[in-house]
Order: sequence, then C-alpha cells, then structure tokens
Amino acid sequence: MSEKIFAEYKDRLPNKILEDLKNHLPPKISAANLKEIFRLVDGEYQQAQVDPGESVGLVGAESIGEPGTQMTLNTFHFAGVAEMNVTTGLPRIIEILDGRKIPNTPMMEIYLKAPFSMGKDIKQIAQRIKETKLMEVISEFVINIAESTMEVRLNSEKMKALQLTVGQVIKVIDKNTKNCSVKKDKEEILLKMRGKHDTLNEIYKLKEKIKILYIRGIKGIQQVLPVKKENEFVIITAGTNLNEVFQLDFVDTARTISNNIHEIEEVLGVEAARQAIINEVYKVIENQGLNVDVRHIMLVADLMSKTGTVRGITRYGIVSGKSSVLARASFETPIKHVIEASLVGETDQLTSVVENVMLNQPVPVGTGLPGLVTRVKK
Amino acid sequence: MSDVYLNGKYVGITENPKDFIDRMINERRKNKAYLNLNFQHSEAEDEVRIESSKGRTRRPLIVVKDGKSLLTDKHLEQLEKKEISWSDLVGQGIIEYLDAAEEENTLVAFFEGQLGPEHTHLEITPLSMVSMCTSLVPYGNHNQSTRLNAGSKNQKQALGFYASNFYVRMDMDVNLLHSPQIPIVRSVMHDISHYEQHPAGQNIVVAIMSYEGYNMEDAVVLNKASVERGFGRSTYFRPAIAEELRYSGGLIDEISIPDKEVKGYKSEHDYRFLEEDGIIFAEAKVAEGDVIIGKTSPPRFLSSLDEYNLVSNVRRESSVGLRHGERGIVDFVLITENSEGNKLVQVRIRDGRIPEIGDKFTSRHGQKGVVGLIVPSEDMPFTASGIAPDLIFSPHGIPSRMTISHLIELVAGKVGALSGRFIDGTTFHSEKEADIRKDLESFGFIENGTETMYNGITGEKFEAKIFVGNMYYLKLKHMVANKLHSRARGPVQLLTRQPTEGRAKEGGLRLGEMEKDTFVAHGASLLLKERFDSDKTTVPVSEQSGMIAIKDEFKKRSFCPIFGDNADISNIEISYAFKLLLDELKSLCLYPKLVLENKY
Repeated sequence: MSEKIFAEYKDRLPNKILEDLKNHLPPKISAANLKEIFRLVDGEYQQAQVDPGESVGLVGAESIGEPGTQMTLNTFHFAGVAEMNVTTGLPRIIEILDGRKIPNTPMMEIYLKAPFSMGKDIKQIAQRIKETKLMEVISEFVINIAESTMEVRLNSEKMKALQLTVGQVIKVIDKNTKNCSVKKDKEEILLKMRGKHDTLNEIYKLKEKIKILYIRGIKGIQQVLPVKKENEFVIITAGTNLNEVFQLDFVDTARTISNNIHEIEEVLGVEAARQAIINEVYKVIENQGLNVDVRHIMLVADLMSKTGTVRGITRYGIVSGKSSVLARASFETPIKHVIEASLVGETDQLTSVVENVMLNQPVPVGTGLPGLVTRVKK
Repeated sequence: MSDVYLNGKYVGITENPKDFIDRMINERRKNKAYLNLNFQHSEAEDEVRIESSKGRTRRPLIVVKDGKSLLTDKHLEQLEKKEISWSDLVGQGIIEYLDAAEEENTLVAFFEGQLGPEHTHLEITPLSMVSMCTSLVPYGNHNQSTRLNAGSKNQKQALGFYASNFYVRMDMDVNLLHSPQIPIVRSVMHDISHYEQHPAGQNIVVAIMSYEGYNMEDAVVLNKASVERGFGRSTYFRPAIAEELRYSGGLIDEISIPDKEVKGYKSEHDYRFLEEDGIIFAEAKVAEGDVIIGKTSPPRFLSSLDEYNLVSNVRRESSVGLRHGERGIVDFVLITENSEGNKLVQVRIRDGRIPEIGDKFTSRHGQKGVVGLIVPSEDMPFTASGIAPDLIFSPHGIPSRMTISHLIELVAGKVGALSGRFIDGTTFHSEKEADIRKDLESFGFIENGTETMYNGITGEKFEAKIFVGNMYYLKLKHMVANKLHSRARGPVQLLTRQPTEGRAKEGGLRLGEMEKDTFVAHGASLLLKERFDSDKTTVPVSEQSGMIAIKDEFKKRSFCPIFGDNADISNIEISYAFKLLLDELKSLCLYPKLVLENKY
C-alpha cells in the first residue's frame, strides 16, 4: 500500500524528501494517515517553490550583499610554529566570486588513510608533502677563490629529519649543473668549476642556483601543519597542488580539498568546482556568524559554472555574456561596449531589468512579466 | 655607541647616549640650549633623536628631582603676588615642555602625593591631559574617552551668548540662546574661561525614565510648561546681502524697487515691503518669497552694437528675497559701501525659535538627542513634592554608552540646587560622589538620587523609583526649521529634466540604485516605473529610420530627419534621460536605431 503512495509522489517530490519520509515514518502506519502526511508534505513543498517572475538573482544578491556589509576584514591566523594565515571575510568572497585564477592564500586540507590518519608517522608524512629546497639543508657555503672551488656544508640534523643522504644531494646537484664537477668530501660536497674564464663570477651564480634546487616533496607546497581534527590527523598546507597530492598512496582522495577553485575545476571537473564555490563562500559566511540561505550561493555558483568553465562575476566573465548592450554598458566600461556594439550593429531586445529601467518601461519581473495574449483579428 | 639624528637627519654618533641626553636636557633647563629642543633615546634602535622641527605637540610638565617637585610653595606665593610669571618658571627649568618622543623616556606622576624616587616629572594638573573644551565636561574622569570626545564636540555646537556685541554684528547664520545660565555642576575651566560671560545652556530638571515610547532611540521628551517658561528658546539671525556691482561698459546694478518692465519681474505683492530706496524697513514680518532688497542688473551679453537695440536693452531683476521655507522679522538694516566703493546693503533677519519636535538637545556627556514629544505639564510625571521634570531622558541611553558622568552630574546638580551652591566637578579633582550622596540624604532624599514618582496621565504611582535631578542642558544648532524639507512637484534640471537635488533648490529625494533593487526584488514592476516617471517624455519616432522625429509645433506635425514627410511617425513614452543618451550616441557618430513594436 505504502509503495503505491510513494510511487504516486515519485515525480512530485525530490528523492531526499522521499527518503527522509521513508526513514522517519513509523512502520505500522495506516494508509489514511500516510496519505494525509503525503498531502501535507506535498503542500509544503509546492509552497516553498519559487513563483514565476520572482527575481531570484536580485534577491540573492541582496541576501549576500547586505550581510556582506557587516563582514570584518580579518584574516585567520593559525597558532603554532608555522606562520600561516588565511584570507577570510569579504576579500575571500570577492576573490571567489571574481573567479581569480590563484587565491590570495592557497591552502589544502589533506585527509589521510587509516593508519596515518590516527597519527602514524604524521611528521614524516608532512615533511614528505612539503616542498624542500636544497638551501634548507645547507648550513654554509665556503668559497675558495684561489682554486675556484666551493664547499657546500650540509646540516646533518636536517638531513636526518628528511631522511636524505649526501649521495642523493650530490645527484640532484650533478643533474642540474653544468661546467662543474661534484665530489663527495666526507660530509661535505666539493664543487669545482671546469671552465677557466671568469670562474669566480660563475661560482657565485652557481651558489644562487644551487640554493633553490628542488630536492624533495610536492612542488608548490610551502608550509605543512598537521592538525588534529575530531579524532583524526589532517595536514593543512600553504600552497596547493591537488594533482600530485592525489598521487600519494596515503592520501584519502575522497575528502582532500584545495581552496583553489580553478585547480579543482582542472583536476575534478566543473561540477566539483561549483560545489567548491558553494562550500567556500558558505564557509566564510558561517565563520563570520552570519546567516545566508545556501540557495542564494548555489544560484551564484550555478551561474558561474553554467558554461562548463568557471567564470567570475566581472566584466570579463559573466557580465560579458549578457545579451543586452545597455545592460553591459551600465555595468563597467560603457564606452567600450557601446562602440563594439555599434561596430557589429547589435540589437538590444530589452529583455532584462536594467535596460527597461533606463527606458522607463516596466521591468519584466514580478507584475511586469505576464502579458495578455489575444488573437489579433485580421 | 649610538647614532644621533637631528630632525630625522643623521648627524653623528655618541659614545654614551644616556649621559649625552642628560647633559643636553640639563643645558636646556638652565636655558643654555634652545627651549624648543626635545631629546629622545630609543633603546630598541639604540638611537638618539633630537627634534626642533615645527608642528610637534608639546605639553608642559613640572620637573621632578630626587622625588621632589621643583615647583615649591615659594614659587606659588610669588606667582600669586605676580612677582614671577609662567615664562620665568619655564626659563628656570622648573616647568618644561615635552613632545611625544621625549615623553617616552619619562615617568610622570599624577599628583604630588604619588611622587617617588623613580619619577621624572609631575603633572601640573591631570586636567592638562584634556583640551579646554573637554575639561568643561564635569566628572569627565568617570567616562570612556570616546564619550568625552563626543561631549566636548557637542558643546561646540551649543547655542549660547556668543558675543556681547551681537546686536551690532552682521554674522552669517548665528544663533543666540535666550536667558542662558551658568552650570550648577562646573569645573575650574568654567572659571578660567570666564564661562559666566558666555554661558551656553540652562539648568533643568531631568528624569531618567521612558515616556509612552516617545523618547526611544535617544529622543527626549520636553515639558510644554518649561518651553513656555523659556527653556531652549533662541533667535536665529541671517543676513541678506546685496551689492551694486559694476560691469564693463560703465554699467551698474541698481538697488531700487524694480520697474514693471524689468525682465523677471515678480509681482507687486512680493515687493510690498520695499521703501522708496528699494530696501525693506525694519520690523517687517517677512515670509518665503518676499523681496528684502530690490535690485536690477544690466542685461547680459551686451555688446556695443546692441546698445541701440531697444529689445535687448531691458534690465534684469536680481532682487534678494527670502529663500524657500524661510520666515522671520527684519531686524537691522545697514547701508554702507564696500572696499571698492560700491553701495552695499546688508539686512539682518531674525527668527525666534521655540523648541519644537525635532530640535536637538544634549547634556555635556555626549548624550545628544532629538525632541520626540512636547508634553503638557499636567501629563508629565511628577514627584511627591509636585515637581514635574523639564525633560525626560531614556534609560536605554546609559548601559551601552557607559556615561557615568551623566549620572553623577544629575545627582550633583540636585544637591547643588537644593543647597544653593555650585558643585565642583572638575575632572580628577571633583567633589567625591560619596559626599554628594551624603549631602543629598541630609536634605531628606534617597541618597542614590531616586524618588517616588506618579504617572501624570493616570495619577498612579510608578512601581519603580525614578532617577531624577538637575542637569545642565545645551540646545544644539541643528534645528528642524533649518532642515525640514519636502517636495511633490518642483524644479527640474535643464539638461536631464530630472528633479533638482538638495533642500536649497527644493530638490527631490533620490530613489537610488539600491532602492530601485528593492522594488525589483518585490516584483513591483509598475510601481517602479511610476517612481521613475519624473522625467518621462513623449517623443515622436520615425518607424522607417528609427530616429527621433522632429516636431513642428507651428504646423502641428512631425517629420523624420532622414525620410522627411514620407515616414510613419509614432509617439512613444520614454525617460528623457534615455533620449539624452540617444543624442549623446549620435554625437559620437553612432546611429542608435529604435525598432518599434506594438506592445499589445
């Protein structure tokens, strides 16, 4: 009996509501009661729907914009050794909605698989993710001007922490340098220039080059910070590289996220990017203790990702896609839009709000939307 | 070894910065180094900074040596006998001026009793920390600095007895408070600044309670009887000025009753107050639009050829009248000449101002508020002894602002009024609150200043005891009479045909971008259109060319600028601003073509 009623409403109500009903209804419910419940639920659901002609975009803009005026410009600081802070508040929202390629503070939250998520080898794992440059394990350079050689002294403690051997370092240096021989001299590395001309200058150049050599970790991750989050260890990073982090076998790829929307779009696709926009904007609003309905943000995210790529709400992004010349001209850089429109002879169909306000015509939303249809006598 | 900088420029080094600075300061105190030098040793940067530049704020402090103030009783005695002066003390190194930098290296004691061996200076008085205006706030040391700031700012806007020769002055836009009083609760600054010669407020009875909701959001409720007895009455003076300007070609303005032929002649009625000389007489009761000084100017754009042309040789009307919404009585007429020898007429207009709803009042503690209601005396709450307060202040103004001084002044004022003496409320030196409470008790009142009060409307006793006492209240210069403004129809701008902006031009109130959005959000499309109808026009459009057609008012027909009479013309209703936009596009050599379609 109940299956029949469920089937009846299958197309009228979304799956989520049907499932909730299934889980919460008492098992022994009379058919009459069930019918009444469904009637009420359906009534509520239909009531909640947006009416035709409702200006959802503007209501959304006001709903996000008004609390936005109360937002503080604070950045969030992580306590601890690592010097990390995250842009939040209004600047972060602007950054997301503008669709910037790289956020001001790129950040990742890396979740780990079972044994590691409980804290096993957490420090080593964090070190493996962090991008290490050669400079970090060097304690000093000694340059011998007479013989034009350079000694590189390594910091053995740091080497141990990173599980590096001198041999590995030599390999990296050898691979990335020309015109010089690399030799191991006890715990030091001896570099000798092969050429004869202007060797001193070259040595200094070499020194600078060696300093920034990449030896370990994932490129782009400048800082790592293991944090305990609800009985589980999570690694927070400054700098992002979603693609390479996903390659690591100890990473829980299902939950690991980056705050770089464009990176998510590249790695996980536009649907994930849309969800990321919603999550990131909502996170900021929630952090500020404000209350905005998600559906407003969802609408913005839909609009930003509807073409299949993420576009910001700027004159280069979404606004450039508006069909009306007058609407585009009234946003930013009016002269550019008017001239370009005149070059191709564009026609403005006057179908949206701004144009009609300019012409002092009823705007096609709300009461201005419906029109009378009559058969014209011929 | 530290670097030495003079006015930010590097000048050398010193082996021992502490000794160096001590020596220099000693020289200064002996009047051997310039008195305007200041020295600072910054230990963090290990730098010695010497400043002699202009624009530093410096303040005087008494020098302390070995825990003893250098200013002795003997000096005070000599000062009183006027044997020595302030500059002598500065010259002798007893008082020195420090700038903000040098102050960093000092330890300043508040009072002489607190002096210890570690102190280097002593405040002359802690009152010197605050400005002259701020020290007029009684019990200021009980307040937050922001409130103190607000309190002193408010006092600058108060109406008072601003100059004793006000009657012969021609000030622009001034106010004069009637029967001003000196405050009961005062500070030494009132004496120093001779406040009794230019008082700016009145002592009134204030009750802190709510009254029918008319004093919410910082509003105050006034007693009508108090207003009728003269509380907060003031006079507003504004001069009207006219000058006989000279123009090239020997032409000159003329102050006289304008001829009826003059271009822009108003009406005989408007000129009715003018005497033969074209100037109004004193004590004339004038209202909006009335002419005060009649004046005509020579025609504009007069070239030598036009001199014989009768048509253009008409003078222009350029009289000075009363502005929109103004009224008053002509107070004083002055006829003189300016520095160039031109005739100059100044007429002062006076307008009596009785407190009304919307006028702004404040205590001296940044507790400003606007009159929300004026209540007949019989409806005001009253105490057991029959006293009805002059003003009711809302208790909600207190907790978030934490103006404790406001509360103390109320009690202190009550004691002062009962005992017939002034109360010293000088910041940091005031009479003790506890003593004042004790005094109040001795007069048979509850020591915390509350009293049993009765509802003036019903006569019922209020359950709560009401905090009531005397305070010094100021009337601020922001009065509704100068700000009230409304418009239904009125002047429009020439270019856009949209309403003018601002009260002076009888302008409209703008329905802005965000207000527009709210209409759209409600879907009130047609209401929005109506709100933006202020510049709507009907223009003829040629269906063939899409251009705005030319309307020939004489022949009563329209024709297309391209196809002439061969075009179908339709009249459409658009905003004038959009027509202007189309014109501007045309001036850019763009062709904005309107494609018309039947709406129905």
